[in-house]
Amino acid sequence: MHRMGIACGAALLLAGFLLATPAQAHLMNSGFGPFYDGLAHPLLSPEDLLPAVAMTLLAGLGGAREGRFVLAALPGAWLVGMLAGWAIGVPAPPAWLIAVVTTLIGALVAGDLRLPLAVVIAVAAALGLLHGYANGRDLATTTGALLAIAGIACSLFAVVSLLAGQVAVVRAQWARLAVRISGSWIAAIGMLMLGWSTRS
Amino acid sequence: MRLRPSIILLPWVLVLWPTGASAHITGDQVGGFVSGFEHPISGLDHIVAMVSVGLWGAQLGAPAIWLLPVTFPIVMAFGGMLGLMGVPLPGTEIGIALSAVALGAMVATEARPPLWVAAVLVGIFAIFHGHAHGTELPPDESGVLYSMGFVIATGLLHLTGIAIGLIHRWPSGEMILRLGGAGVAAAGGWFLAGGEADLLTLIRAGAAATGGWFLALAGS
Repeated sequence: MHRMGIACGAALLLAGFLLATPAQAHLMNSGFGPFYDGLAHPLLSPEDLLPAVAMTLLAGLGGAREGRFVLAALPGAWLVGMLAGWAIGVPAPPAWLIAVVTTLIGALVAGDLRLPLAVVIAVAAALGLLHGYANGRDLATTTGALLAIAGIACSLFAVVSLLAGQVAVVRAQWARLAVRISGSWIAAIGMLMLGWSTRS
Repeated sequence: MRLRPSIILLPWVLVLWPTGASAHITGDQVGGFVSGFEHPISGLDHIVAMVSVGLWGAQLGAPAIWLLPVTFPIVMAFGGMLGLMGVPLPGTEIGIALSAVALGAMVATEARPPLWVAAVLVGIFAIFHGHAHGTELPPDESGVLYSMGFVIATGLLHLTGIAIGLIHRWPSGEMILRLGGAGVAAAGGWFLAGGEADLLTLIRAGAAATGGWFLALAGS
């Protein structure tokens, strides 16, 4: 059942990517108000979702304990970052930095490296702060920004708990490999984004 | 390794999905994904090389068969990044045509060099392929969605090669794979000579390889 669950989860996730509507700085309008707009935001912006998914896969590969820590660290740091960006956000984080972070975390998943717990938590916290800051900054002029911020944090919590929970119980070699291949694809996308960021 | 229905179905879900998506949602962003996805599968020279990477991996077995789909996308994206940054790489088209010749020859002869030799060979070609894509990218698409489509399509080409390569477990399948490798090498020779990378070429190359194969069989 877990295997089917992972396959279905991966298919849904990719379907989400493929159906993703414009990933812009502005919130999409779900018609249900700012909390729901926030809930939908991470799922519809691949720039945010890709590194968050890579981080989740990394935590899942590390096992249940690591997954639980990242479940607290990633959405928590994202929330703190959003509040900081919303309150004080002046400089925008550069596109190349986001691309480099995406590449690095994807590569860690592809390599299936055993990292110390503290390092994984630190990476999750740094990622959350960086992207949360960018999100919060974009929300600064939105009405109901705090509700949207709460929605984004809840959405990330759901993504991390569902996906890391699935990956943490994986034992079959091919399923672990599928996770590593996903990481490799995310790293490759991050590298192309890095090249892209030097163009304009 | 027993294959479960879920693994076999997954690539198909991924392949079939974008068409459905583009039918309903229009706009630059989805267009970015679709054009990224179409780019690697629009040139026959690229397709045959990517698929034969998968075929060779399947012939080599573990650990190459799993090392390959994990490392190749990263190396290719590195080449793509160099292309996007405008770092010049001479002889890209020749490198791509040569990659089909070399990889096809490896599959045809079922070559088993040490793993690092295979990795370096495939890695060099990966940079050429990635670089060509990087320099050809259209400037005003959505970068992240284009990159996603591009990486997913290339990854699926490898998985297709590996899936076809699984027939290697049967003696007749082993023969067919080697024949396919000869076809890829012949197609690469045609590209190298400046031939068009179209479907007719593939058919011609397949016919030439089949003829050569029967001649070799008759001679032995």
